[in-house]
Amino acid sequence: MSTPLERDLIRQSAATLAEAIAEGEVSAREVTQAHLDRIAEVDGDVHAFLHVDAEGALATADAVDASRAAGDALGPLAGVPLALKDILAMKGVPTTCGSKILEGWRPPYDATVVERLRAAGIPILGKTNMDEFAMGSSTEHSAYGPTRNPWDLDRIPGGSGGGSAAAIASFEAPLAIGTDTGGSIRQPAAVTGTVGVKPTYGGVSRYGLVALASSLDQAGPCTRTVMDAALLHAVIGGHDPRDSTSIPDPMPDVVAAAARADVRGMRIGLVRELTGEGYQAGVEQRFREAVEILEHLGAEVVEVSCPHFEYALGAYYLILPSECSSNLARFDGMRYGLRVGDDGNASVEEVMSLTREAGFGPEVKRRIMLGTYALYSGYYDAYYGQAQKVRTLIQRDFEAAFAQCDVLVSPTAPTTAFRIGEKVDDPLAMYLNDVATIPVNMAGNCAMSLPVGLAPEDGLPVGLQVMAPPMADDRLYLVGGALEGALRDRWGHLLIEEVPSL
Amino acid sequence: MSAPIPYAEAVAEFEPVIGMEVHVELGTESKIFCGCPTAFGAPPNTQVCPVCLGLPGSMPVMNAMAIESTIRIGLALNCSIAEWCRMARKNYFYPDMPKDYQVSQYDEPLCVDGYLDVTVPTDDGPMVVRVGIERVHLEEDTGKLTHAGGATGRIHGADYSLVDYNRAGIPLVEIVTKPVTGTGALAPEVARAYVTELRDIMRGLGVSDVKMEEGSLRCDANVSLNLPGAEWGTRSETKNVNSLRSVERAVRSEIERQAGVLKSGGRVVQETRHFHEDTGVTTPGRSKEHAEDYRYFPEPDLVPIAPAREWVEELRRGLPEQPSVHRARLAQAWGIGDFEMATLVNAGVLELVEASVAAGVAPDAARKWWAGEFTRIANESGVEPASLAVTPADIARVEELIASGALNDKLARQVFEGVIAGEGTPDEVVAARGLAVVSDDGALLSAIDEALAAQPDVAEKIRGGKVQAAGAIVGAVMKATRGQADAGKVRELLLERLGVSDS
Repeated sequence: MSTPLERDLIRQSAATLAEAIAEGEVSAREVTQAHLDRIAEVDGDVHAFLHVDAEGALATADAVDASRAAGDALGPLAGVPLALKDILAMKGVPTTCGSKILEGWRPPYDATVVERLRAAGIPILGKTNMDEFAMGSSTEHSAYGPTRNPWDLDRIPGGSGGGSAAAIASFEAPLAIGTDTGGSIRQPAAVTGTVGVKPTYGGVSRYGLVALASSLDQAGPCTRTVMDAALLHAVIGGHDPRDSTSIPDPMPDVVAAAARADVRGMRIGLVRELTGEGYQAGVEQRFREAVEILEHLGAEVVEVSCPHFEYALGAYYLILPSECSSNLARFDGMRYGLRVGDDGNASVEEVMSLTREAGFGPEVKRRIMLGTYALYSGYYDAYYGQAQKVRTLIQRDFEAAFAQCDVLVSPTAPTTAFRIGEKVDDPLAMYLNDVATIPVNMAGNCAMSLPVGLAPEDGLPVGLQVMAPPMADDRLYLVGGALEGALRDRWGHLLIEEVPSL
Repeated sequence: MSAPIPYAEAVAEFEPVIGMEVHVELGTESKIFCGCPTAFGAPPNTQVCPVCLGLPGSMPVMNAMAIESTIRIGLALNCSIAEWCRMARKNYFYPDMPKDYQVSQYDEPLCVDGYLDVTVPTDDGPMVVRVGIERVHLEEDTGKLTHAGGATGRIHGADYSLVDYNRAGIPLVEIVTKPVTGTGALAPEVARAYVTELRDIMRGLGVSDVKMEEGSLRCDANVSLNLPGAEWGTRSETKNVNSLRSVERAVRSEIERQAGVLKSGGRVVQETRHFHEDTGVTTPGRSKEHAEDYRYFPEPDLVPIAPAREWVEELRRGLPEQPSVHRARLAQAWGIGDFEMATLVNAGVLELVEASVAAGVAPDAARKWWAGEFTRIANESGVEPASLAVTPADIARVEELIASGALNDKLARQVFEGVIAGEGTPDEVVAARGLAVVSDDGALLSAIDEALAAQPDVAEKIRGGKVQAAGAIVGAVMKATRGQADAGKVRELLLERLGVSDS
């Protein structure tokens, strides 16, 4: 049983905790320990974590406390613990990507994101569950069992980063890192009533992020408040010479934007193609109400059309499998992770084949096969080539829309959290969860999902997506901060405070 | 299996078409995508990091010097340089590739459409052949596999295999020629001349140490045969051609083999073949009848390469003297003609002669030793002249000893034989083998007296004024002194003894 003080600590925002640590009201060790205790208490039900690194997290917390005692200036999130998606390499700590094929692998190096977290004095509590190699929208495709949604343990927490979102929503951590290839930060944020940001492609280093689809992947913050997301975004973002797709320009000041939280005079575009058929009524309703609030706050709302968005899902499911079939080739049992069938007689090809057969789950195999097929020289132009053309058209749709508007909005996901098992055997139904989030990845833009209420029909969280042009991440925070503030004023609290206690 | 037919017959009946694919390891300080060193010969897997090991999550960053070197090679080969191009992934599974794909270039090479003129000596004088360059592209090298157990040293049948990833990620430039036609019987020499010229260009550019024996220059030779006027035949691709001499031998051997196949009504199979240095023949490797689909696509982890035109022009201005221009200058300085120069180039000894001249050896003497004695020894032992254990300084020293009269030509050969056999420096070999010119007049005079006594009729002829008969006596004396006498000195003493004079 936790004490009232600890119970209180875990429900604070990261910004509040950081301030309390900096002021000496509480130690980083106390804060970290409170979250470790919470994990011990509830993660048996939630299963957000695949690995908990209590020792490492407390060591970082102690170092922060020692720095403070020595009178050193602390970073803005120093001592505030974080949950790391298990797709980022962390030196000496198991990194499985939710796959059996990497069971037991401990990377000999840190991802750039991890390096920056360490440098900021952020204790890393452990690695969070995910769909295998980030392929999925429910975390049911994890080889280590599904994560459950804290709002209803029979429902999915979204995916692929369901572990990170559930860790936030169940107060196991105030901060988490997710990765978003087609919606894996935003869709889990939407269905767990939390905030998730997919930064501009190239805004956060991918070095050390185990690649699913290199041209789409991007790491970003998962938090309970918009300001916390901005603070974490600022820690992990910025140019990295080890990622040649990393943008060298200085990143926009997202923290200042979150503090300003002002939409007056902004033009907000409502994407016609991302509403209507296929969207749950309660999702639409809460989304429309939120848009009205934005209008009320002084934004001008216009409807825009992005006619090629309807091809985004199809093109995405050619580009992603193509890149992933190549990125996942290296898991062949030769150098690390699982090795199957090496009985002294089997040939190297047989061992590779047996290892991949045993080590990959069905969704991973499905996408590797799709991509292998799409890249064959005879089909390349018809599939991969055409998909790249669609990608260009989607970028042009965005450019045209952003010529009229500062940001675009849509529901993040077409439905609220569905039941575990409901779509796991229907890949197409599963893929449709990302219909509204995929266009942003295809174009390299940035986007945020933030909670805008509970759907009346099922009482589950609904997310609104804000989309901005590349390197205009600050606009996400202007809009997100303003909307979050207005909703908090209306409800008297954050939506997440309505989550049932576990 | 049909037997190969003799070369002269093969080229009398068929026309060869050849093509060369040369891989050159760039001599950059660090690897193509990471900071690991590239030095040859380090203990296995000590020059590796997460990037060149392809560990999950690691990402490549392009080495700017690798791009620069590739462009300079392209410019030296008269290529056009792409204004915008991308790296591509070549996907296939093999344990020497850490990522199970190779980052290479596919349909957007950095340099295209160039040429290289090479000169081969013929009975009618030197012939210039223009070899078209299809493309020059940049890629990463793979690791190196060593197969233990099994008879062939190849992966099939091996008990186990070891991988050294030190080589993985060393920048590699692939230079592909267009098909070379119309060279007839000279095809093997053209192939060799091309690789030699290419090697000299690389050396001149300073982009690679181009050591074939260490694999920093590797050559695949494509050969096909067709009847005159007919369509080109099916080609084979001979790998593992690890010396200039082997280039020529491999092409020649393939021509003989394919002619044998075609002559007996057979069909040449599209395949890779392995060249064996020891036997000089090729054996079949992987079939290419059903070409593997490498599922190329643009490498999404690297940004496109867009070399600025001004930079390319700056690189062009900074190119060193072309080997052909350099050779013309040397030929003039040494007072030799095109034919002699082509002979030196094709024997692979030009730079050795150059180095010897630089060490103080007279050009004629340097040419004589390298193109004659040393080439002969190298051929007999099946190695390149450059790998013989004789240095320009050794030659300079021997020439000094000859000039002082301490050695004669015959003894000098014996000295070099000892030096090459590893017996030490020229002076050490002279001392150890006792190879000094006998100049003690007394010893020579008694040898002369013995020879005169043994051939009284010859002695009589000389006394009678037939000075040209002196050669027989001089020869006998040289034989008796095991070559250690100065022949000129012997002749002088002999004539003096018999009281006749030369004039």
